[in-house]
Amino acid sequence: MQKSLPSPHDGRPPPVEVKRLRKVYREVAAVDGIDFTLREAAVTALLGGNGAGKTTTISMLMGLVIPTSGEARVFGADMANERHRVLHRMNFESPYVDVPMRLTVRQNLEIYGRLYGVLDLKAAITTTAEELRLADLLDRPYGKLSAGQKTRVSLAKALLNEPELLLLDEPTASLDPDTADWVRSKLEDYCALRRATVVLASHNMAEVERLADRVIMLERGRVIADETPAALIQRFGRSNLEEVFLAIARRAPTGEEERR
Amino acid sequence: MRHERQAPRLREQTTLAASAGRIWGMILRYWYVIRSSWPRTAELIYWPLVQMLMWGFLQRYLASTASFAAKAAGLFIGAVLLWDILVRSQLGFAVAFLEDIWSRNLGHLMMSPLRPIELVAALMAVSFLKLMVAMVPVAALAYAFFGFNVLSLGLAFAAFFANLVFTSWSLGLVSTGVVLRWGLGAESFAWLIVFVLLPLCCVYYPVATLPGWLQPVALALPPTYVFEGLRAIVLEGSFVAALMLKAFVLNVIYFGLGFAAFAYFLQSARRHGTLVQMGE
Repeated sequence: MQKSLPSPHDGRPPPVEVKRLRKVYREVAAVDGIDFTLREAAVTALLGGNGAGKTTTISMLMGLVIPTSGEARVFGADMANERHRVLHRMNFESPYVDVPMRLTVRQNLEIYGRLYGVLDLKAAITTTAEELRLADLLDRPYGKLSAGQKTRVSLAKALLNEPELLLLDEPTASLDPDTADWVRSKLEDYCALRRATVVLASHNMAEVERLADRVIMLERGRVIADETPAALIQRFGRSNLEEVFLAIARRAPTGEEERR
Repeated sequence: MRHERQAPRLREQTTLAASAGRIWGMILRYWYVIRSSWPRTAELIYWPLVQMLMWGFLQRYLASTASFAAKAAGLFIGAVLLWDILVRSQLGFAVAFLEDIWSRNLGHLMMSPLRPIELVAALMAVSFLKLMVAMVPVAALAYAFFGFNVLSLGLAFAAFFANLVFTSWSLGLVSTGVVLRWGLGAESFAWLIVFVLLPLCCVYYPVATLPGWLQPVALALPPTYVFEGLRAIVLEGSFVAALMLKAFVLNVIYFGLGFAAFAYFLQSARRHGTLVQMGE
């Protein structure tokens, strides 16, 4: 099922537009002809089991992976060929990608601030550090921080340029419930304030229910559901998204899926 | 979050100033790593110092036993200093890049507005910086221990230095391109590529020493002309500008090829999805 949303962008290109996007590694289609358009100021969750194609899709949205066919456009720019037009308007956070361990938090933020061309960088670092409770950690090496502190630094790096499009890959993985809740609150605040578009890949269904306006569920590289979390829960007759996810993951594959 | 947050104030991205800002950001990134660890700084100096001492003492011994070596005072020590310029500069380039893979930072860099040419410019600047950190103390010690003043070569030294650094950047481009494409499995390539040149570019002996079939290979390598030039100065007291010009022309060609290889491997890494899997 693929949903085409109306585009309330006053003629401006939508933040994200994916058309017949496909990525094949050797013989295997990691992403297999998906389409979706994301509107401004909305949080969209990409869901799916391991190997469903979430990371490959996000990588193509960042321009780190070139599609085999189809297009991934961000603010109108084809990310395979003209990504440098828009990279400063987006950012990315993942616990699986670090910043340099030996450098202090301040040095890391300074470097990324310069790469993104943040003006009045000193003030921006101070403000972001205060907002993310990093002020006391600014002069400590990133490698000596706890997992929760590292996530906050990673988030600070991701918000430093105040991106219009934020790509989050399991932003609260390996965090304790309190820190995870705090991170979600910060993301909600940021999105509300900046009207940012967010793409969230997560295995935490409670997180998705809380943050996402829309869920795109992937399986074997294809979109198998695209609707609001509430509509998805209702359609499957379950009480929460976790049950829906399990129901989809454990159902027997159809004949066509088997052939794929 | 802040309640009166202003619209993001970002620099216009396409200007030369923006590009310079990104390059400076990357130079700072590598400089902070060097500064954060004195063992790393010591390591930069360690090998050039050991090499210089070994060849310096060997030359002192030979000078006392052979008339040629006595006449060619400074030949070995000069050669080893120049060879280390090539090696340290190439390693400075490649290791700076490897730092970002070791620290699992490459994904962030590659999705930032940093352009490939800016990354290359920063790596070149950092390799030069590391070279200075390594070679200035070692050159000073060569003078203190053995009375060999590399600056006494004058303008010739500037020509030697520029050509060797230029060659090292071409090698750095190819080696980092290979690592980009094949990941840390190809890391040893970045460490070893320069040593292929050691027997071929005639660091310690003239080109005529090589078998005839190997001489064209040697003459296709810019450093060969630098070491021939050093021997011409030390043994005959003459600076042969034509040798430096040949080296420079070859360097321009190799640098172009090196950048093309880097761009090709980067594009290939994006096609094969290896950029997102890179790290320890």
